[in-house]
Amino acid sequence: MKKLLLGTALGLPLGLAFATSAMAEVGVSPTVWGVRTDKLEYRMGDEENSFAWEFEAWTGNDELRLVWKSEGAKIEGGDFEEMDNQIRLQKPITDFFDGFIGIAASTPDGTPERYYGAFGVTGLAPQWFEVEAALYVSEYPYLGAEVEYEALLTNRLILTPSLEVSLPLADDPAREIAAGGGSVELGLRLSYDLIGRSVSPYVGVNYERAFGGTADILRDHGHEVDELTGVVGINFMF
Amino acid sequence: MKHTNFLRPLAVVLGLALGLPAQAGTYDITVDKVRIDTGTFKKNGIGYNGSQTPTILHFEEGEDVVIRVKNNLRESTSIHWHGLILPFQQDGVPGISFNGIKAGETFTYRFPIEQAGTYWFHSHSSFQEPDGAYGAIVISPKGGEAVPTDRDYVVQLTDKHPHSGSRIFRNLKASADYYNRAQRTAQDLIEDAGADGLKAALQDRKMWGAMRMMPTDIEDVQGFTPLINGASTQQNWTGIFKPGEKVRLRLINSSATTYFDVRVPGLKMTVVQADGNDVKPVMVDELRIAVAETYDVIVQPREAKAYSIIGESAGRTAMVRGTLAPSEGMVGPYYKMRPQPLLTMADMGGMMSGMDHSGMDMGGMDMSGMNHSGMDMSGFDMSGMDHSGHDMSGMDMSGMDHSGMNMGGMDMSAGTPVVPSEGAAGAAFYAPGSGLIPTAANGGKFLGYEDLRARKPLYRDRPATREIEIRLTGNMERYIWSIDGVKYEDADPIRLKYGERVRFKFVNETMMAHPMHLHGMWTIIDTGKGAYDPVKHTVSVAPGTTLYTETEVDAPGQWAFHCHLSYHMAGGMFRKVIVEGGPS
Repeated sequence: MKKLLLGTALGLPLGLAFATSAMAEVGVSPTVWGVRTDKLEYRMGDEENSFAWEFEAWTGNDELRLVWKSEGAKIEGGDFEEMDNQIRLQKPITDFFDGFIGIAASTPDGTPERYYGAFGVTGLAPQWFEVEAALYVSEYPYLGAEVEYEALLTNRLILTPSLEVSLPLADDPAREIAAGGGSVELGLRLSYDLIGRSVSPYVGVNYERAFGGTADILRDHGHEVDELTGVVGINFMF
Repeated sequence: MKHTNFLRPLAVVLGLALGLPAQAGTYDITVDKVRIDTGTFKKNGIGYNGSQTPTILHFEEGEDVVIRVKNNLRESTSIHWHGLILPFQQDGVPGISFNGIKAGETFTYRFPIEQAGTYWFHSHSSFQEPDGAYGAIVISPKGGEAVPTDRDYVVQLTDKHPHSGSRIFRNLKASADYYNRAQRTAQDLIEDAGADGLKAALQDRKMWGAMRMMPTDIEDVQGFTPLINGASTQQNWTGIFKPGEKVRLRLINSSATTYFDVRVPGLKMTVVQADGNDVKPVMVDELRIAVAETYDVIVQPREAKAYSIIGESAGRTAMVRGTLAPSEGMVGPYYKMRPQPLLTMADMGGMMSGMDHSGMDMGGMDMSGMNHSGMDMSGFDMSGMDHSGHDMSGMDMSGMDHSGMNMGGMDMSAGTPVVPSEGAAGAAFYAPGSGLIPTAANGGKFLGYEDLRARKPLYRDRPATREIEIRLTGNMERYIWSIDGVKYEDADPIRLKYGERVRFKFVNETMMAHPMHLHGMWTIIDTGKGAYDPVKHTVSVAPGTTLYTETEVDAPGQWAFHCHLSYHMAGGMFRKVIVEGGPS
């Protein structure tokens, strides 16, 4: 319950901002908003099933956006094994890229909570790769990067490979993390735009793996270092 | 669907016009929330006089009009009289001409009708115009029409979308390609590879991908249902004729964002008027009507059968059919939409100047040999045409293999003459090799701006007193639109002096066409005909081109000047124009 409350608290300023009325006068750019899920899915693994999400809600204008980014996974009938929320301010730095600063909270069940300052860039790289890279600063800093590509099989049937990397820069034994021991998440999802772009069900696979010292710690504790899951989900954009 | 309004030989006359002298007409308009039914979807929208069928106002030249506009909405509204020459306080643009019409209030417009022709009116507040707030204006000339006809119909086109205007704008801001559902797919890649070879197909993809642009980005907003006079294809707006009669069709494009190619298969259209001003009649098979333009055409159906009026969107994503028939209930044939065009590097000409090409590998692209001699310019003088908008000096082009590039016939590497595609009359105002150059469906004559010749000069021809450069700019990915790189809210007004004649140099640096509309004053397009250059209120500037217009600054006050694509205007491609001085 605490996690849900945290999410709500983080979302509140955005929710209020959503109430901003549409443009009053032609020619003056209005404050706009949007919500988009990148993942909203049920994961079926060898040992346990889970529910995972990743979404972004934003409001702002051409000069500045306030973004709430949330990512998490909850084991079926069990804990939130992942719970990451960020609030950030995003500002255009080039035609295709925004820079951002913000705060990030990682608050999964069963491990100490971690809070970071987030600094990064996000945008569209040549050849239509959506990329994001950020430095998360705290006592336990790490680098995070994401790449996603939408391959149009047809204008509605879309294959989306994705790659997410996180590279810890310091040991965090309480969270079974070793400096330099990165983790990688690979995804491949096939979606179909059912109603415009607002409702898109999908199927796919998700693969996570830890490397280096982090993998060693996991092995020592008798945990798996990788996990392959089949996923079914539905994405929304509105 | 009732069409009674259109079956009357003349348009609906509102208010007290009957029985009063034509010199002082009073008209009433209500602005209402209406339910819009296109036959394929229903939605809430805005309409005039409680109807999704656009209201037609019929004025007489020389009349003083009083128009009472009652706002039945819960939000502020306004009506702008598009193309009418009037005192600026009556022009109807909130924040520039007046304060708008608040919810529940009635505003009374008063102005003299100093002109004749086909015009239209629409809300200039938020996205009410895309939501349905538009109507038509027909003004009879004092001495009767220059070309008399037996029938006279308004044919008002629009692009009715299931989403509201504000939602469309929000979606475009969230994702600029939100409504582009005609993007290049894996299947296209396979087909291109089959046609041009895999290497060439991949090279083409790589080039567009390097720019993060799409060759299919011709219409920002797809997924709409086009309407003629408020009726979709299945609702089939019908104009009645008797075989042999001359029928005047007053074409008006009231779309939020869609250019239409209009034809009446089986009939020639004689264009007699553009944007309200008579032109020397020119017979065409098809014409492209930019957003906010009007064209009067005359057709003469001789057979007692149903003819179709076809409006096909320039990006070929939607089509509407209306009917001309000897009796009600007949349906004209529906035609298959033509294939979707693709933008070429020529359309990107302006884009390249402002771009960072550091990541582009375009080697071997020799632009120095680019030859414009093959352009069909129908004899007008382009000596003043400035190609500086095509500044390619910053491009790193070393190493690019163009052997297989599909450039729509444009071979840049060999330096061969750039020839618009065969039969492409109307190409003069497109970039050579542009993918947007229209051709008539029957292979016949397609109207171009170069074909327009004023019937009578509206102004004495004189040299311009100064030139103002207007660069049309934008950031497609962020859906920001601007003039000279500056959005409306950050821009200083353009100041003109009463009595001067200003030459505007439009340089389109974007990959989209922009219908530019100056309120309150006429826009004369330089087609090289001097005093007989066509006089318009809206001029479409094609991608990658430079176009000149001239304006006699004869209207004091504050005026709006903007791209008439609703979402470009909202995105910032807008300026206030202040005319200083003038008669007291």
